[in-house]
Amino acid sequence: MTAWLTDPWQHTFMQNAFIAITLVGIICGAMGVFVTLRGLAFLGDALAHAIFPGVVIAFILGGNFLVGAIIAAIIVSLGIGAISQSGRINNDTAVGVLFVGAFSLGIALMSTQSGYVRDLNAFLFGSILGVTRSDLTLTVAVGMIVLAVLLLFRRELTMISFDRTFSKSNGLNLWLYDQLFLVLLAMAIVISLQTVGNILVLAMLVTPAATARLLTNDLRKMVVLSCLTGSLAGVAGLYLSYHQGVPSGAAVVLVSTTIFAIVFLFEPRTGAISNRVLRRLHHPHPEKDDFPASRPAA
Amino acid sequence: MVIPGPHQQDRKPLLTARELSVHYEERSALRDITLDIYPGRTVSLLGPNGAGKSTLLKVFAGMIPPSHGSVELAGTPLSGAHESVTYVPQRTGADWTFPISVLEATLLGLSRSRPRWRPFSRRDRDQAIQALQEVKMDHLSAAQIGALSGGQQQRVFLARALLACGRVLLLDEPFTGVDIPTQEMLVELFERLSNEGTAVVYATHDLQQAASTSDEVILLNGQIVARGSPAEVMSEKILRTTFGGQVIVVHASNTSAPVPDEALI
Repeated sequence: MTAWLTDPWQHTFMQNAFIAITLVGIICGAMGVFVTLRGLAFLGDALAHAIFPGVVIAFILGGNFLVGAIIAAIIVSLGIGAISQSGRINNDTAVGVLFVGAFSLGIALMSTQSGYVRDLNAFLFGSILGVTRSDLTLTVAVGMIVLAVLLLFRRELTMISFDRTFSKSNGLNLWLYDQLFLVLLAMAIVISLQTVGNILVLAMLVTPAATARLLTNDLRKMVVLSCLTGSLAGVAGLYLSYHQGVPSGAAVVLVSTTIFAIVFLFEPRTGAISNRVLRRLHHPHPEKDDFPASRPAA
Repeated sequence: MVIPGPHQQDRKPLLTARELSVHYEERSALRDITLDIYPGRTVSLLGPNGAGKSTLLKVFAGMIPPSHGSVELAGTPLSGAHESVTYVPQRTGADWTFPISVLEATLLGLSRSRPRWRPFSRRDRDQAIQALQEVKMDHLSAAQIGALSGGQQQRVFLARALLACGRVLLLDEPFTGVDIPTQEMLVELFERLSNEGTAVVYATHDLQQAASTSDEVILLNGQIVARGSPAEVMSEKILRTTFGGQVIVVHASNTSAPVPDEALI
């Protein structure tokens, strides 16, 4: 058992991978709370696809793909804001139009390169074994910025999530805070690409936060629980990946989904199954106790 | 600063709209609104759906810039949100499943006046509890907002607004969908705030409420149809102009003003 736990740590690439996935779990966990509370899962998924051309251009130019992705994310998020500001096209549609457009541009650009299939594969599914020390440094730096900005603007982000009209009457510039949120979201997605890949990054944003929401009614506790669940699932998933040979992104997401399912079914107060069991324990014959009027007359 | 009492003759208006118009793309929401709102007065904006009541409140709150004309607060042109103007939105706009307690939701009323890097202090919390006491919600301060009834939600919004402590209180449909005790509490609160010199402006489509709970009624239907005391404004002819010929006026014996039957609107 000890060997099962310690074995992976003998490899530098696995050490890097563990550190990277823990950071991703924390950063996506915190951002994910606001994503799920605001019902922006689609936006998260779309943004992950929309940064593709930035990655490809950085690849072609030989620059750092994380930087390319952040620039693309900012351009796309500003575009989403600009289109939905027009008033005739709603936000969801603007997201849809831009994300497929940008993703297609990325594919077209990538197809001009040799090794197209392999690189596309790495982008879509992540390549955690290739995390280098400099990638880690960038992940830490970007992650710190995301968490610091989240902390600084926590009150504003809470307000615009809870009551937008009141926020506006309080002098908050909703457009500006929405843009800030999109940029933070893009940064969180970008640093997750290498570990879990484009297709599965949504799971890092949504699943731990959803699990945390089932466990608590307190926003602060929800953020902490979401970060914990995300990084726990990340580390457990990597072990699974290492020992069973499952692709790392898939393994991480499967663990995360399993945790969600367990909480959903067995959480003591709200769990779908535990709730029924509890009711059964308190009311062994619910049909008789709950509906005395329907009892046949003696 | 001495706030003039409600009955002083030489009082100055707190909020002034001059030739105010608001257009949404090609549609005109408000036309040529000119009015003064005085401190210590409770004013109801009365009109059917789409009459521009919410729009006018939002212009006063600095949330919608007027297409033409201007708004002044105590003689100073108003551009954007102002800390002296507190706005209570309709309850339906908020996300009531959001994981936040009654106390925390109330504290957001202080967010404008507190630095963002500092958590709310013990004094801030005491102040919020006091505001909750005023709306008889202090016993629920630790409850989740998701567990509240419509009337209780409205009370949380009121506590949040009381905490912001503006000289003008704007409320969008505060009486809609709340229980009788909450309605009574709103009436009491308006009286107290009026006595303290606050100008209270609220939107309603309930004629009876407007007649019983305001010093002044402004009948709105894209433009000002009539304004004055409830007794002056509530005439069958004026109401017919505002609501479009669907009004039957029933004269109640115990009031001086004709009180229309709201159910017929």
